[in-house]
Amino acid sequence: MTAYDPCAHCEEMMQPYMDRVLTDAERAEAETHLDECTYCRKRYRFEERLRQFVHQAVQEPMPVELKAKLASLRTPLQ
Amino acid sequence: MVGWPDMSETTREPDARQLATDARNRVRFEEDALALSDQVYRVARHLVGSREEAEDLMQETYARAFRSWRSFQPGTNLRAWLLRILTNLNIDRGRKRQRTPDLQPLEEGDYFLYNKLEAAGDGASDEDRVVERLSQNDVVGALSEVPHDFRDVVVLVDIGDFTYADAAQILDIPIGTVMSRLHRGRRILKQAMAESAVGGDGE
Repeated sequence: MTAYDPCAHCEEMMQPYMDRVLTDAERAEAETHLDECTYCRKRYRFEERLRQFVHQAVQEPMPVELKAKLASLRTPLQ
Repeated sequence: MVGWPDMSETTREPDARQLATDARNRVRFEEDALALSDQVYRVARHLVGSREEAEDLMQETYARAFRSWRSFQPGTNLRAWLLRILTNLNIDRGRKRQRTPDLQPLEEGDYFLYNKLEAAGDGASDEDRVVERLSQNDVVGALSEVPHDFRDVVVLVDIGDFTYADAAQILDIPIGTVMSRLHRGRRILKQAMAESAVGGDGE
């Protein structure tokens, strides 16, 4: 029988945790482990920072001319 | 007309009123759709390879949305509705819909990027600083390397902030597929970022 590896389990929960789709019980379980495990805590924290970084790194404002073009596609008022 | 009392002079009134309501609803729809265009563009820009393509796709999407505004159900998610049009048009434009893109089964684990960046550092492994080893180009370039079917989901959820359920509706795939593609797509993305930031498989 393979020994239960809490860190491997915690890694599996990482994405659903960040996506906030864990049940309350699962969330509490993950947090209990995170409280006592530096290895996992560091990685969770990194993943959180990474998401924010990715989110803002890809921001590219819409060209102003495009906005005007879209508005020009509106149905003319009778 | 069935159901309408016959009051000779006012018989045409409901029609006129109907037309006015219709026009008002349409104007409101168009304004709401335009108000969301920045957010729609942010997603569109990364669903396709280039800015030009994104701009074309946006125009096609809005032209179609304005034509078929009646099929939008007020009170539902307009941004998701617009993106559903957009992703369908994108696929119509020649993007092949991959049934089960089960290509490379060997992408790295969830912590691959962190471990790589940490190992490449100078020993200081403060996780807040580790992320600073990535540049904006690492991210944008890596994202464009993620295969389409995975990227769609990653872009909708992680950039567009859509829920799993919204992404499933937009892409017309089951929610379980959204979850598995998202999971794998993020891993592929992290692997590509690691390659870009740290280089090859080195060791």
